[in-house]
This record gives sequence, structure tokens and C-alpha cells, in this order.
Amino acid sequence: MRAVCWMGVHDVEVRDVPDPVIMNDRDAIVKVTSTAICGSDLHLYDGYIPTMEKGDILGHEFMGEVVEVGAGVSNLRVGDRVVVPFPIACGSCNACRSGLTSVCENSNPNAGIPEKLWGHPSCGIFGYSHMAGGYAGGQAEYARVPFADVGPMKVPDELPDDQVLFLTDVFPTGYMGAELCDIAPGDVIAVWGAGPVGQFAAASAFLLGAERVILIDRFEERLRIARENTAVETLHYEEVDVLDELKTLTGGRGPDACIDAVGMEAHHPSAPVEAYDKAKQLSRQETGRPHALREAILACRSGGTVSVMGVYGGVVDKFPMGAVMNRSLTIRSGQCHVHRYLEPLLQHIRAGDIDPSFIITHHLPLEDAAHGYDIFRQKQDDCLKVVLRP
Amino acid sequence: MGDERRDTDDGRDRTALTRSLGWFSLALGTAQVLAPHRVARLIGVEPTPRTETLMRAVGTQELLLGAGVLRRPPRGWLWSRVAGDISHLAMLAAAIGSDDGQRERTAKATAAVAAIGVVDLVASLRAGGDAGRAVRSVSSLTVNRAPDEVYRRWRRLEDLPGFSSHVTSVEVRDRRRSHWVATAPGGTTVEWDAEIVADVPGRRIAWRSLPGADVANEGTIRFAPAPGDRGTEVTLELRYDVPGGGAGRAIARMLGEHPEQAAEDDLRRFKQMVETGQVVRSDGSPDGTRSRRQMSQQPALPRA
Ligand SMILES: NC(=O)c1ccc[n+]([C@@H]2O[C@H](COP(=O)([O-])OP(=O)(O)OC[C@H]3O[C@@H](n4cnc5c(N)ncnc54)[C@H](O)[C@@H]3O)[C@@H](O)[C@H]2O)c1
Ligand SMILES: [Zn+2]
Ligand SMILES: [Zn+2]
Repeated sequence: MRAVCWMGVHDVEVRDVPDPVIMNDRDAIVKVTSTAICGSDLHLYDGYIPTMEKGDILGHEFMGEVVEVGAGVSNLRVGDRVVVPFPIACGSCNACRSGLTSVCENSNPNAGIPEKLWGHPSCGIFGYSHMAGGYAGGQAEYARVPFADVGPMKVPDELPDDQVLFLTDVFPTGYMGAELCDIAPGDVIAVWGAGPVGQFAAASAFLLGAERVILIDRFEERLRIARENTAVETLHYEEVDVLDELKTLTGGRGPDACIDAVGMEAHHPSAPVEAYDKAKQLSRQETGRPHALREAILACRSGGTVSVMGVYGGVVDKFPMGAVMNRSLTIRSGQCHVHRYLEPLLQHIRAGDIDPSFIITHHLPLEDAAHGYDIFRQKQDDCLKVVLRP
Repeated sequence: MGDERRDTDDGRDRTALTRSLGWFSLALGTAQVLAPHRVARLIGVEPTPRTETLMRAVGTQELLLGAGVLRRPPRGWLWSRVAGDISHLAMLAAAIGSDDGQRERTAKATAAVAAIGVVDLVASLRAGGDAGRAVRSVSSLTVNRAPDEVYRRWRRLEDLPGFSSHVTSVEVRDRRRSHWVATAPGGTTVEWDAEIVADVPGRRIAWRSLPGADVANEGTIRFAPAPGDRGTEVTLELRYDVPGGGAGRAIARMLGEHPEQAAEDDLRRFKQMVETGQVVRSDGSPDGTRSRRQMSQQPALPRA
């Protein structure tokens, strides 16, 4: 089959590789009909996530048709059309039973690596490095799905791929980012990053009852797309001082909750600050450049919540712990526990509350994946989300 | 088997922590050697010819250490990292004391190196005991099932090879005695007879090898109800008397450089079997959880 392989930093290639096979009873093989490139893939593309091997198949946002099931999978049949959550989860460990599928205790065969790095292991993820299990990803014609009796959800035929594909990651991730804010009536929510995750975080904050949502980025087109879809207010962080502006917009209180939808490759408008963190990141003295996170913490009203959906890999520098401690902030975070959001968010789509396809700017054949990675990374051609069709 | 070749490659069995320390050393060392004045300025030391030479020397040491840690994981290299950190601390302390540096920046760098020093120390302490002595390991995990069930699963000794990464067969002779075969890389096998010396259903099983074993060993597994319906806390304690000579080397290799990691892998696979009915596999780790495999991965794509 053809698959998008990681060949090194800023080097992906569509290659011929063997078709996947069933390795365990609870596996299924899915023929991929649509798969997307995620901001998380950029961290791999840019070389900031360790334990990648040359040749690894990328991709964790994919859906398609079941073409083979293992003997232990009774809820799926050949021909079913499914979306596949990006975390791999067993469904029976204590974490899975509590709905925390992204910290499944059984799905990562390389659990020892994250355990050393983070103190305890985390789940397996499709196409997301060997410390996330060494699973082949879904930017391919076919994908092996472990624990297929737990993860994949059948989707109704009348909803096209573009409307349900993002149930695999970015819609639930944005939603979880908003949910972790425990939004109460009257709350003002600020969101850093108008990428796909930030777009869905902003839209979800309204779904969950926010009074106002303020979205921050420097790409005008991304901010425009957001304004077109919801009543969101936007800030261009190169044109205004974000901290001052947020104070002005909230009567000096600051947003009740702040969502980091940027992650470890944040950009900073001031060249020296950007250079400082880049140098530290390159020399591995920090693994993330936490500009957005620092700002979110400083902006948040006292007693408020900072919800971190952007991905961080290891350690960060100049973390304003004093603000967190002295102003009674709460930090909440996590890789998205996608499984628990599948059904409720599908209901929102069916009810017409949201059409997730609004983020798609590019449809490309799988063969053009390298171009897709390139324009998404550079935010060229107003690229917000690339969907690949094998 | 392709696996065999990889398994003999013991030098590559190392933990992520060790490895990232190695990379850190390489990165820092490169900067110190190639741009000594810049690094000096970064940590707040006035870049004079003298500091430049010193910085290059420290950088070279850092490079050697990094390469050493990445090439072979044993404790020696890690301890030399600790020693390196201490000498860096001393240098930085001297720089703080002198007035030609910027104290604040130096203080920050000192704090950073001190933090890395702690990590080095922890990694050294964790890298396990020397061969030729008793090797002991304790590991625990919580399994989401009642103690009686978890006990029963472990008590079926003949099922152990299904999840152990090195035991290939257990032949149960009677209620107490069993015969064990384990493989070491390169096709070596070690065998022993074992007897169960304590068996308290739902609570505890203890066993030990009988005289004449290739490698004398003993173990205990305890099962205790986890609080609040969280299942069973399982604690596995193992002790191997690693003799000198060929058998000793074989067992040491079988256990890897990190016996507690091997025991932890086995426990983790046991948990997978009990909770999910299977050992989890990926393209990168087709045999499932196995520490020596974690650092010598196959690319994550299907095998032909
Ligand atoms: N927690 C999860 O489960 C999960 C799931 C998916 C993605 N993510 C992470 O979410 C993050 C965003 O993903 P995405 O797909 O939207 O990526 P993206 O790259 O499209 O979006 C990131 C956006 O952040 C903006 N940005 C950069 N620096 C900023 C700053 N200082 N202030 C404000 N905005 C800034 C960029 O301009 C960009 O628009 C990534 O880190 C990704 O790994 C997490
Ligand atoms: Zn994603
Ligand atoms: Zn689980």
C-alpha cells in the first residue's frame, strides 16, 4: 500500500510499504477514506518529539471502512464505516473505566519510555513516535486498529467524511479544552491559537455556555474563519499587547478561563524572546517554547482555570509558577480522551449545532502529503486544515 | 530469527532518561567546543582566552560523556556524568564568585546544571547492581480485577511464558514443584527446578529454585486489595544469585542491564493479559512490552 512515512526532520515521503495485518484478536483493519494532518504532526515533522524512526508511518486522524476484523471483535463488521479515535485504549483498565482513555494503562507496548520521562506511562497513539507505542499511523491506504472493539465508532452514511473526520481528534480536543474550564454563566473564555484545535475550543466554549470567547493568533485569515462561524472576538497578537487588551476587554478581571491551543512550538512577537527559547529548545535545555502558556497564566483572572490542550513533550523554562500559586489558578490538561466525546459530539453534528468541516482549507490526494505538510507548517496559502484522500 | 540478532545487542538496551542525558551532553558539548565564547556569555562569564580554553576542555569532556552514555548505558558512564556535573558546578560557583561575570545569568546556569545533576544521580542509582552478586528487584502494578482472580492467573504457572519476556516454558510437576526453562540471547538456555514455599490463595505465592539450578533464584508475589475498588495491588519481588562465569553472564544478559525493568515488563504484560486478554503489540514492538526492545525499535510500519 501507499503510506506517508517520516524520513527525518522536514522530510516526509509517500512510499510503498506492506499492507497491515491482524496481530491480535481484538484488531481490525480499516481502509482509509480520509485522513488529516494535525498540528501535533508538525511537532514530529519539526523534530521536537524524540523516538521517531526513519520510515515510521504518520497520521492519527483517520476514518474509513472496516475490511477485516479479528476473532475478538464482535461489534464491527466488514463494510462498517468508522471514525477512529487517535488514542489507543483497551477499555478495561482503571484509566479507561474512568473515561481517561488517553492514559490507558495497557495500550503502549513501549510504556517504559514515557514512564522514565514523565514518571508514569501514557497511552499508545497512532503514528506518533515510539514512546507512544511505535504504532503505524493512518496517513495510508490501510491501517491496523488495535482494540477495535473499543475505539472505532460507526458513523451514519448521510454524514460525509468531512463532517465526521474531526471526531477522531481536533473537535473532541477543542471541546475537552473548553470542558476543562467548567464554564459558568457569564464566563469569558480566552483561547490562544486559531488552528483547528483553537477553532473548536472557541466554538465549544459557546456550546458549553460561555458569555464571550476571545481568540488570539496572528493569522488574520484564521481569525476571520473563526469570526464567520461564531460570535467570537479576536485579537491579533502582533498588533496589540495581549495582556493589556484582555484586561481592557474584561473590565480588568482577566478571562475566567484560558485555553492554550498552541503548544510547544509557540511563536513570540519579540525576536530576542523567540531566539532565547529557540536556543534553549535546540540545545534541549527545554523541550517546549511555552510563550502562549506563560501568557495564558498571566492573563487568567485570579481563581480561574488554565486549560492546556497544546502538546508539550518534556520540560519548559520560565514557567510562572508564582502566578499560579499566589493567584489560586488551576491548571488542567491532557491528551484528549477522545472516546468519551464521540457519541455526544456526533449528536451535536447531527443536530446541526456545528458543522466541523468549516476548518478544511485543502483537500489533497495522499500522494501530495509532502506538499500538505509544507504549507500547513508554513501557514501558506491560508492553510488551516489539510485532508488527504488515499 | 531477526529478533535474536537485536537481542544480543545489549549495548543498546538503555532507558530514555539515560539517552536524553546523553543527547543533552552532546548538545551542550558541541556548543562549548564550537562556540565557547557564546556559551561563556550565555552563562555570564567574561569570554577571555582563558575561559575559552576552559570552556573547550569542558565541552570535550561533555562530548565524550554524551557519546559514552549513548553507546553503553552502564553505571560507569553515568557516574562520570555525575562527576562532570559536580566539576561544572564548581566552575560555575567560581564564576559567580568572580566579578567579571554577570551573577544572575551564572546563577541560573548553576541551577540548571544542579537540576541535571540530580537527574544524573537518580539515573546512576537506578542503573542497577553489578554482575557477580545477587540481583534483586521489586516492582508493583495495580490490576483492575479482584485479588482472587489475579492470584489464580499467576498461580497457573504454565501460563507464565505467555507474558514473560524470557521464561519459555514452565512444566508443573506437582502442586509444589515445577521445571523452568528460560532463554538468554544467542540461543543460551538456563534451566532450574523450583518449588513453591508459600501459597496463600488470594494473598501470596513464594517460590525458590532447588539446588542444582543454573542460576539460583527466588521470588514472591503479593496480592492486596487496592483501596476503593481499584482492583489488586500486585508486588513482585525477585532475587537472582548471579554466579561468575558463563552462566552468570548469560543470566545477566537475559535480565538485561536493568533487572527491575525486565520484571516490570513482565508484570505489565501480565496486567495486559488479565485485563485485556492479550499482550499488546505494535509495528515498532511486535513482541509487545519488552525493555530491551524499547530502545532498538523497528520502524512503525507493517512487516512484509
Ligand atoms: N491535547 C490533545 O489531545 C491535542 C490534540 C490535537 C492537537 N493538540 C495540540 O494542539 C496544538 C494546536 O494544534 P493545531 O492543529 O491547532 O495546530 P496549528 O499549528 O494549526 O495551530 C497553532 C496556532 O497557534 C498559533 N500561535 C503560535 N504562537 C502563538 C502565540 N504566542 N499566541 C497565540 N497563538 C499562537 C499559530 O499561529 C497557529 O495558528 C498543537 O500543540 C497540537 O499538538 C493537542
Ligand atoms: Zn491530532
Ligand atoms: Zn485502558
